[in-house]
Amino acid sequence: MSADDEHEMTEPSVPAPVGKKTAPGSALREWIDQRTGLNKLIRAALDEPIPGGARYAYIFGSGLLFVFLTQIITGTFLALYYVPSVDHAHTTVAYITKQVAAGAFLRSLHVYGASAMVIIAVLHICQTFLYGSYKGRRELMWLSGSILFALVLGMAFTGYLLPWDQKAYFATAVGTNVPSELPLVGNTVKILMRGGTELGTLTISRFFVAHVFFIPGLMLLFISTHLFLFRKAGPAGPPSENPLHPGLPTEPFYPRQVIKDMLLALVLIIILASLAYFYPAALGPQANPADTQFLPRPEWYYRSLFQWLKYWQGNGVLIGIGVIPPLIAFLFVAVPFLDRRLERRPWKRPVAVGLFGFVLLGIVVLEVLSYYDDAHNPTIARQLALQDQQARDFMHEPFKPEMEGAPPAALSLMASAAPTPDPEGDSALAGAGKAIFESHACMACHGQGGAGTPLAPKIAGIGQKYNADQLLNLFNHPTANMDAGHMPHFQFTPDDVKALLAYLDSQP
Amino acid sequence: MTGAAALLAIPLARFALYPILAKSDDADWSDVGPASDFASLSDPVQKMVTISQVDGWRASLSQKAVYVTKDSQGQLEVLSAICPHLGCQVPWNAEKKAFFCPCHGSVFAPDGARVSGPTPRGLDSLESAVQDGRLKARYQYFRQLLPDKEPVS
Repeated sequence: MSADDEHEMTEPSVPAPVGKKTAPGSALREWIDQRTGLNKLIRAALDEPIPGGARYAYIFGSGLLFVFLTQIITGTFLALYYVPSVDHAHTTVAYITKQVAAGAFLRSLHVYGASAMVIIAVLHICQTFLYGSYKGRRELMWLSGSILFALVLGMAFTGYLLPWDQKAYFATAVGTNVPSELPLVGNTVKILMRGGTELGTLTISRFFVAHVFFIPGLMLLFISTHLFLFRKAGPAGPPSENPLHPGLPTEPFYPRQVIKDMLLALVLIIILASLAYFYPAALGPQANPADTQFLPRPEWYYRSLFQWLKYWQGNGVLIGIGVIPPLIAFLFVAVPFLDRRLERRPWKRPVAVGLFGFVLLGIVVLEVLSYYDDAHNPTIARQLALQDQQARDFMHEPFKPEMEGAPPAALSLMASAAPTPDPEGDSALAGAGKAIFESHACMACHGQGGAGTPLAPKIAGIGQKYNADQLLNLFNHPTANMDAGHMPHFQFTPDDVKALLAYLDSQP
Repeated sequence: MTGAAALLAIPLARFALYPILAKSDDADWSDVGPASDFASLSDPVQKMVTISQVDGWRASLSQKAVYVTKDSQGQLEVLSAICPHLGCQVPWNAEKKAFFCPCHGSVFAPDGARVSGPTPRGLDSLESAVQDGRLKARYQYFRQLLPDKEPVS
C-alpha cells in the first residue's frame, strides 16, 4: 500500500471536475485512469460491503495472501544463487546461508514463512468452518480453498528437499516412500515423484520445478479463482447472518477491515523477521545417502501423519494410508455438499463441528505424541540431539567453495599454504585410512568420521588412547564389550591400522 | 506497509548486489617452494604455482608457470612467465642465458629486464616474500602492450 494509494482513497468517489487544479501528480493519475479505469478498480476492491462490519476473525485470508507474496519475493531472490542439482544444491544453499549478505536472513524468512503459511491456512480453515462460511452457494469457493491448502502442503513438501542436507534427504526419502505402500499405483507414484527408483539429482530437478513453477502457477490460478468466487458470493458475515441473503447493515472493506488485515501483516512481519534474525534456520551437513544412523523426522506440520503411520502395519497399512486419510480428505472437501442447511451458528451444528473438532484434536494429539515419543526414547533422543548438534557444527564451519579442476597434489599444497589446515586434505596415510574406514562400513556403527553413535563409541582421535600395536592387538583380540556390540572381527595388517589411526586422529 | 516493504527491500538489495558489492579478495599468496632451494640460484628456475580463482560458490585451482630468479640487487624475485608483449609463455634458454619469447622474438635478461624485441617492458615481477622459510608469491595478470606494469583488475 503506497502513500499514493492512501491519498487516492481519501478523495471523494466523485471524479474531480476537469480543469480543476488539484494536488501535483493528479494530472498523471487522471491520465492513467482514463486509459486503465484503475480508480474504479481500486474502489471496487475497497468498497466491498461486509455484512455486520469488519472483524478480526476475517483477517486470515489476506494474511495468507501476504505471506504467499513474501514467499514469492524471497524465493525468487534465493533462486539467484541456488542450483538444483545433487552436485551443487547443498553448496549453493551453504553459500547463501554463510556467505551472501543477508542470505541467512532471507532464507530463514522463506523457511519460517512456509510454516506461517501452514499455520495461517489452518486458522483460516477453522474460522471458515466454525462460522459456517462455506454455506450458501459457496461450494466452489470451499473447493478452490481445499485445493489451495493441498498446494500449500505440496509447497512445504517440495521445498524441504531442496537444501539437500541430511534431514532434507532422509525426510524426503521417507515422504516419497509413503505412497508406495498403496497397492497397484503406489510404486508408480513413488517413481514419478523421484524421477527414478532412488532419490537423486532428477528428484531435485522435479521438486525444484514443482516448487518454483508448477505449484506456484497453480496457486496463482486458484487464488484468483478463490478471490473471484469470494467477490461473487460476497463475505458471509457473522454466524448469525443468512449466507444467501445477508440482512445486517454492511461496512465497506476499507478502511477498518483493511487496517485489521494490515495489523496482522505487521504482526507477521515482526514475528517472521525476529525469528529469521535471532534464530536463523539451520542447514545441516550435506546429504550422505550411505549414512545408516540418521533418523529421519519430517517438518512439524507432517509429524501427525508420520506418527499416524507408526500405528499401521501389514495389511492395516492399506486402511491407515489408503482408506482413512483419503476418506477424511474427501469428507473435508465435500463439506459444503454434505452440510446443506443454511444454519451457520456452530452450536446448532453439533455433527459437523463435532467431527471437525475430533479430526483437528486427533491431529494435534498425534503431533504431540510424535514429539513425546521421541523425547522419551533415550536412544532416539540422543541421536536426534546428535543430529541437531551436527547441524549446528556445520553452521559454524566457514563456507568452503566447491573446488574444481584441482590436481590432488595442488590441493594438499593449498592446504599447507592455508592459515588453518584443512582436516580433509591431510596426508596420503590418512586418505588410505579413510578408504579403509569407508570400505569396512565403520561409519555404520561408529558414525561419520568415527564421531560415535548410540550404537558404538566415538573412535575419532583414538590415537590418544591406543598406539598402532595396541589397536592391532584389540582387533585381533576383541573385548567382551566389542563382541556384545556385534563388532565384526576384522583382519587388518599393521599398515592398515596405521592408516586408520592417521585418519581417525585427523577427525575432530 | 510501505515501511514493511522497505524493511524487506534492504536485505533483498544487499542479497542481490552481493557479488557486485562484496570486496573481491586480492590475489592470494601462492606457495613457490622452500626458500633454501633458491639460496644458491645462478640461473632462473621455472616453478608452477597453484592459484585459486573464486567464482561465487565455486573455486577453481589452476597452475601457472613462474620463474624464480635474482634481481639486479641479488634479491630473490618471482617473474610471471607471460610475455608483456602479446601474452605468449616465455621459456628460459639455458645456453644463451636469456629468456626468448617464441612468438615475436622478444629477449629478456635473467632478471627479466627487456633486452630487445617488440616487448614494451621486461618480464613482470610478482609480489613475493619469504614466510616461515617458504617463498610465496601473489600471482597476478598484467595488461599487455603498456610500457609500465599495470595489474588487470
